[in-house]
Amino acid sequence: MENYHDLLMQDIRFEEGLNACMNCGVCTAICPAAEFYDYDPRKIVDLVQGGENEEIEKLLKSETIWYCGECMSCKTRCPRGNTPALVIMALRTLSQKLGFFTESEKGRQQFAIKRTVGENIFKYGYCVATYAVKPEMHLEQGPIWEYILNNTHDVYERLGGQINELGAGPLRKIPDDAREELRKIFEVTGGTEFFETIEEHSKKKAKEMGLQFSNEGIDNEYFVEVYTANSGKHTTR
Amino acid sequence: MENEGKKRIWSDYQKEIADDHFFYVRSCIRQSFYPGSEQFFLDFMRNVLGKDVYENPSHTTCTGIGYHGDIVPLQTIMTVVARHFALMKESGYRNIAISCVTSFGIYTEILETWKHFPEELEKTREYLFKATGREFDIPENMAHTSDIIYKFRNEIAGRAKNLLINKKTGEPLKVVEHIGCHYAKMFPKFGVGGAEFPRVLSGMAEAWGGEVVDYPERRHCCGFGFRQYLVQANRGYSISNTAKKFSSMQPFKPDLVLTNCPGCNMFMDKWQYTIKEMEGTTYGAEGESIPVLTYEELAGLVMGYNPWDLGLQYHMVQSEPLLEKMGIATDKKDKFKTKDGRQMPIPGNLINA
Repeated sequence: MENYHDLLMQDIRFEEGLNACMNCGVCTAICPAAEFYDYDPRKIVDLVQGGENEEIEKLLKSETIWYCGECMSCKTRCPRGNTPALVIMALRTLSQKLGFFTESEKGRQQFAIKRTVGENIFKYGYCVATYAVKPEMHLEQGPIWEYILNNTHDVYERLGGQINELGAGPLRKIPDDAREELRKIFEVTGGTEFFETIEEHSKKKAKEMGLQFSNEGIDNEYFVEVYTANSGKHTTR
Repeated sequence: MENEGKKRIWSDYQKEIADDHFFYVRSCIRQSFYPGSEQFFLDFMRNVLGKDVYENPSHTTCTGIGYHGDIVPLQTIMTVVARHFALMKESGYRNIAISCVTSFGIYTEILETWKHFPEELEKTREYLFKATGREFDIPENMAHTSDIIYKFRNEIAGRAKNLLINKKTGEPLKVVEHIGCHYAKMFPKFGVGGAEFPRVLSGMAEAWGGEVVDYPERRHCCGFGFRQYLVQANRGYSISNTAKKFSSMQPFKPDLVLTNCPGCNMFMDKWQYTIKEMEGTTYGAEGESIPVLTYEELAGLVMGYNPWDLGLQYHMVQSEPLLEKMGIATDKKDKFKTKDGRQMPIPGNLINA
C-alpha cells in the first residue's frame, strides 16, 4: 500500500493548508457545507494530520471529501493559519489520480464536471458560455433564460455582445490559435492526463454498474446517473 | 508616534489601485449572464473618465471554475494565467483589471504561491514557454474591476442623476452588499478593507446616498460551492445557503442587493425565483422579490444610463420596484427592443414584473 500522507505532501496546497491543527472547530462553525451536509472539516484535518494510512484511504474513497464548496471561508478564520479547503483540494486531486473517486456517489460526479465545464474549455475557450447552459439542465435559470437563448443575437447585440465573432467584446469567438495554446498548456502541465484519468476510471465504473457509456458528450446513461443521482443520505437532518 | 502606529496597522486594510492603463480581462459568467455590466465598465472608463483600458481578443477563460470543480490541476491553471500575463506584457501593460471574483481569487492564490514557492514560478515559466513560446512578467498592480469603480465612486457621485434615495420618503435606500468569498477571504490584503472591513461595495453605496444594511449572515457564502451547483444532484446545498442569507436579511427590508461576484449575482437572482416557485416564499416588501444588481448596473442607474441598455430586463427578478423608488422613469416599450429599435417578443412569468 502506498503512503498517502507522503503523496499528499507532494501537493503544495497540502503543505500550505495544514500547519498544525489544534482541533478548535472554528472551521466547522463557519462552514456552509457543515450546515447542510453531514460534514465536519475539523475531523477531516484531524484524521489527515494523524497520518493513519488506512484511514486516509477510506477518506479518499468516501463521500465526505466531496461536500466542501471551496468558498475558503475557513482560511480567514483558522487561528493557526490552516486552510481545510486546501487540504480538501489536495485530497480530491489524489482521489482522482488513484481512481478512488468512483467509489462514492459524490466522487463519481467528477465525470459530469469534466464532460461539461472541462469540454467547454477546449470547445469554446470559456468554462461557461451562454450557448452551453441548457435550460433543461438548469431549470433554476427560469423563463428569462429560455427567452435569452431564443433571442440570443438581439439580446446580446444591444448589450455589446460579439457572439461567435472574432475581435474584442463579450462572448466573442476565441480564435483557434488561442484555443490551441490552451490545449498545449493542458498537455504540457498534466491537465490532459488528468482528464484522461477521470475518463478511464469512469468508463470502468460505468461497466461495473451496467450503465451505457459513450466516449464523448453527455447523452449516455452514466452521465445522467452521476449528474442526477442523490441517495438522500448526505445529511443527518 | 501613536499616529505612525495607527497608519501602519490600517495600511494592511488599504489597497493601492492603479489610476490608468489597464489590461482588462473578462469573466465567463458575467459576459454570458450580465454583459451590460462589462459594457458599462468599459464605457465609463474610456468615454467618461478618458482612461486607457485594453482588451486582448486572445484572452481566454482562466479555467477557474474547472480548478474549483477539481478537474483542472494547479500547475495547469498557473500556466493558463501565466499566458494571460504574457498577453499583457506583449500588449505593453502592467496593470491588470479583473472582471471576475473567481478569477481574482485565482490570480491572488497564484501570486502568493509563486512568492512562497519560487520554484513553482520557474516551473510555470518553463511550461508556458514550452507550450506557447511566450514569456511573462508579474503585474505591477492587480485590481478587481469593483476596486476601480470604488476608486472612482466620488466621480460617479459627482455625475449622479439618481441617488440611492427614496424619492417619495426622502430616506436613503437600504442596500445589502455581498462581497463574494473569493474577493478577500483567502488573501485579505488584496481586497479594499481586507476580510474584516470590506469597503469595496459599502463605500460605493454610501457615496451614492444609500444606507448599508448589517445583518447576521452578511458574510455567509451565496451558496455557489462550484460542484455544489455545477452538478444537478447537489443544488440543495446551493439553494439552502442562499435561503439562509435571504431569511437573515429579510427583517431589515432591503431595497436591493448589490453584488461583487458573477456567481453571487446569478444565484441571488435565480434562487429567489426558484424558492418562490418551490414554496411561494419571497423576501422583499409586499410579496415582491429583492432586485439583485452588479456594481456596474447600480453605478449606471446612478449616472442616468438607460436601465434597458444595462441589461436589467434580463434578470429573473425585475428591477421596477427599485427604479420607482429612485424616481427613474422608464419607457416600457423600449424594454424588449433590439439595438436598432425593433420590437422583440415580451417574455412571460418574470418576477416583480
